[in-house]
Amino acid sequence: MEVGTGKVHRVAGPVVQATGLKSHMYDLVLVGEEGLMSEVIGIAGDKHVIQVYEDTAGVKPGEPVKETGAPLVAQLGPGILTSIYDGIQRPLPKLVEASGNFISRGLFVDGIDHKKKWEFEPVAKKGDKLEPGQTIGTVQEQLLIKHKIMMPPDKRGTVKEIKSGNFTVEETICVLEDGTELPMIQYWPVRRARPSRSKEAPSIPLRTGQRVIDGFFSLAKGGTAAIPGGFGTGKTVMQQTLSKWSDVDIVVYVGCGERGNEMADLLHEFPELVDPRTDRPLMERSIVYANTSNMPVAAREASIYTGITTGEYYRDMGYDVMMTADSTSRWAEAMRELSSRLEEMPGEEGYPAYLGARLADFYERSGRVTTLEGTEGSVSIVGAVSPPGGDFTEPVTQNTLRITKVFWALDSKLTQRRHFPSINWLDSYSLYDLTLEPWFVENVSPDWNKNKRRAMSILQENAELEEIVMLVGSDALPEDQQLTLEVARMIINFWLAQSAFHPVDTFCPYKKQFDLLAAILQFRDHAFEALARGVPTDVILGTPSKDALAKVRLLEDYEPELEKVRAQMESEFKTMS
Amino acid sequence: MTKEYKTINEIKGPLLFVEKTEPVGYNELVEIRTETGEMKRGQVLDTSNEIVVVQVFEGTGGLGKESSVKFTGDVIKMPLSPDIIGRVLSGSGLPRDGGPPIVPDVSKDIAGAAINPAAREKPRAFIQTGISTIDGTNTLVRGQKLPIFSGAGLPHNDVALQIARQAKALGEAESFAVVFCAMGITNEEAQHFMADFERTGALERAVVFLNLADDPAVERLLTPQLGLTTAEYLAFDLDMHVLVIYTDMTNYCEAMRQMGAAREEVPGRRGYPGYMYTTLAIQYERAGIITGKNGSITQFPILTMPGDDITHPIPDLSGYITEGQLIVSRELHRKGIYPPIDIRPSLSRLMNSGIGAGHTREDHRAVSDQLYAYYAEGCDLRGLVAIVGKEALSERDRLVLEFADAFEQKFVNQGRDEDRSIFDTLDIGWNLLQALPETMLTRIDDHLIKKYHPRYRKKE
Ligand SMILES: Nc1ncnc2c1ncn2[C@@H]1O[C@H](COP(=O)(O)OP(=O)(O)OP(=O)(O)O)[C@@H](O)[C@H]1O
Ligand SMILES: [Mg+2]
Repeated sequence: MEVGTGKVHRVAGPVVQATGLKSHMYDLVLVGEEGLMSEVIGIAGDKHVIQVYEDTAGVKPGEPVKETGAPLVAQLGPGILTSIYDGIQRPLPKLVEASGNFISRGLFVDGIDHKKKWEFEPVAKKGDKLEPGQTIGTVQEQLLIKHKIMMPPDKRGTVKEIKSGNFTVEETICVLEDGTELPMIQYWPVRRARPSRSKEAPSIPLRTGQRVIDGFFSLAKGGTAAIPGGFGTGKTVMQQTLSKWSDVDIVVYVGCGERGNEMADLLHEFPELVDPRTDRPLMERSIVYANTSNMPVAAREASIYTGITTGEYYRDMGYDVMMTADSTSRWAEAMRELSSRLEEMPGEEGYPAYLGARLADFYERSGRVTTLEGTEGSVSIVGAVSPPGGDFTEPVTQNTLRITKVFWALDSKLTQRRHFPSINWLDSYSLYDLTLEPWFVENVSPDWNKNKRRAMSILQENAELEEIVMLVGSDALPEDQQLTLEVARMIINFWLAQSAFHPVDTFCPYKKQFDLLAAILQFRDHAFEALARGVPTDVILGTPSKDALAKVRLLEDYEPELEKVRAQMESEFKTMS
Repeated sequence: MTKEYKTINEIKGPLLFVEKTEPVGYNELVEIRTETGEMKRGQVLDTSNEIVVVQVFEGTGGLGKESSVKFTGDVIKMPLSPDIIGRVLSGSGLPRDGGPPIVPDVSKDIAGAAINPAAREKPRAFIQTGISTIDGTNTLVRGQKLPIFSGAGLPHNDVALQIARQAKALGEAESFAVVFCAMGITNEEAQHFMADFERTGALERAVVFLNLADDPAVERLLTPQLGLTTAEYLAFDLDMHVLVIYTDMTNYCEAMRQMGAAREEVPGRRGYPGYMYTTLAIQYERAGIITGKNGSITQFPILTMPGDDITHPIPDLSGYITEGQLIVSRELHRKGIYPPIDIRPSLSRLMNSGIGAGHTREDHRAVSDQLYAYYAEGCDLRGLVAIVGKEALSERDRLVLEFADAFEQKFVNQGRDEDRSIFDTLDIGWNLLQALPETMLTRIDDHLIKKYHPRYRKKE
């Protein structure tokens, strides 16, 4: 396409108006003498409205605006893993090389290295008919992660020539009969979902190693979860913990309008931490987008799309991908800011009327799919929401809850009590509950669901009793209810509470989750039986084995200790009178 | 291009609308001269071929259609040299101490570019403030931004001053350089700060920016930018560890709201601009440490919560950006406890990286968690006691209740000049926990109990 040049007409913050352009909506343009990366977001009369991904200080009317003839694309190919990008897929370490410790403007850096040679191993043969998405060959991108080089989703053809050996991502590795030369790299417009053959029901749990999640409100592979909470309630810690221990192949972590120090923390930790499933550094399976709160808002708006696009790309290779977005509220605010600069009609609380639609489009890009090639892959999305004043009735939370299937409600009352994760066990839910239960019964224990229900109903009863206690004190309650309060306290403190910073307890395997809860329920049954025998409550509550149970979860090799405690419990209750 | 224009078409609040100009750059510095020759400065907020919108920092009083406007072709810069240390400047960076103008070694764009996240060093150096509620339970580290959320009439300034006086890295003699930015505080408050700086000699390692209550509100929008640009110079050019204290962020945000209204923008929550989060973040995110640099910037913003309401947009958005918050409580203040920091809603998010073996002591995390748990529970029980009386409590609950009272008296409460070491702080914590049966210490690993619990330590 022919590309032309226009002129800046007006500059107000990140929004620029220009005249003399022929670009289409969402095309990239380069604004000003410095060529600032920008995107067309509106066309009105003879003027194009443009959002600029970089700071616009100093840009003047009359400066040139260069067209590129293409929308914002992600560069897809080997070399994405372990990268740290800004919101428009510029590798941040490369920006440090180019401009030092502070990010300067007008820099263009490729999303993946165009010079590095990768060893390409062909899979397709001469004469093969290749359909969209079909594997042409592979590259060993990381020690344990094979990168499939696939036909672009909009191309098909017969192989005329296929190569083998070391190539850069731009060199041709395959030629089709029609003369098309295919390199390893693909460019994909970030605002468009990558196609798949069909969506499948999410019926496999995504193991997070977090008891309150796996045990009570589990997420499915390909599913969506929202984690709303006021400031300091644990959204970031939870997303980082999930990124560390979840049983997915690839993690896309999008830091969208949040803190620089948090990103530094993650960037220092991930290369050092080891994925327990593979014994390899976590960084090898990770892609990080860090568009912090002080970086340009337009790039923040784009970061969610670049993030999900890279996620979909690995899904297409047949991997299970998890994307976490921290925080979708900052993304929504970026939309709001840009919308108000466009002088659009504001909807609720100043957000644009299309807020709900944009959120839905984003979460819809999740899913467990049969890929174009016929393998299975998934993208799960966990989105943090930061409601003003911690009030869940605000538009971003409400619009998100309409779409996502899992709701982990963070509760600042629990935070204040330093109960972590501060996920409220009464308000939260998972709509995958019923679909996933058979999996747990088959793979962990036939009693999984029964125990979960029992624990939940004890907590429900506890909540009702606590209201009474607030009025009359716990001593006024009948003895059986006092026991229930204590059992609930055990479930809360010994099981639901789980420190992300404890070297062992940060991750809890399914079996351990089950065993710990079973032991607490065993205590409950003994306690009620003893009460029925006439044993006074304070004797029951004074059981030493009860306190011993508190610390089993902190042990890596917990089984011998748990056996011991359970045996102790049996004998204590037997002799109790 | 230094042409002067007399084409002011409209003046509205702090804004000037100038027409028929040459192309003017966004955010450019503008110099304005009144008919009487008085100089004012402004900044371009919106520029087009037809009209240029300028916000005037010193207020538009005295300006008229005959005033002349000069676009400097450059953004606003802060003149910097080592001589700036010890100076007192106005909220827009001009000398306020009768001294000479700063002769710059360098001039830096006050907007400040974003630190590349990949160039950031993880903050992990423990700062001992000598205040137990901070060091023990909400530990501060170098490179952190930790605001004080307070209310009108509470002693937040004393707390800030005590921190400025006592803050030091363990085992290092060198103290912090202080950049102090006052925004819209009263003359009396400013005096209080200045007197303390002079008394303790802190002024010799401080740079002070003063925008007082009767100075123009728009000028306040510049003050933190100037202060932080200065801090970046001290930290990253001169290798100093810098503590930036700014007060009162609430006044800064009010000025932002005023500007937004003048520009007839669509307001966000409670009339504050929708971009307030981003604007605040751009200031707060200028804290940190850069790989390969020796200096650091630690920020202590102070803000008074309108109506003591933590959900008000100013504390709320701040809390979403900063790495925790210290809450000054009216209730504790009324009880006569100083510093009246309520640890329950307070939080330091970078605490974990700065505590434990090699930083403070291996039992730090566990002791802190345990103190928190029972203090919070004890406070809840107070509500119950008010209804049913102490007698209705179980033995365990009675212990917890007493623990909470003792905690406030012995751990929270301390002298205005009392500089406790972290080890003293932790030991006070252990002494309080000693009042509870050992089986109740569920958050502390057994080996730590064996090592640090006073009962076992005495036996040694
Ligand atoms: N699972 C956890 N285990 C232990 N501590 C936790 C856990 N979750 C949160 N915390 C504590 O709470 C603090 C705040 O958590 P976090 O930074 O995740 O909050 P947030 O919800 O992301 O807040 P914001 O919206 O302001 O970013 C952490 O610094 C940590 O001290
Ligand atoms: Mg967070």
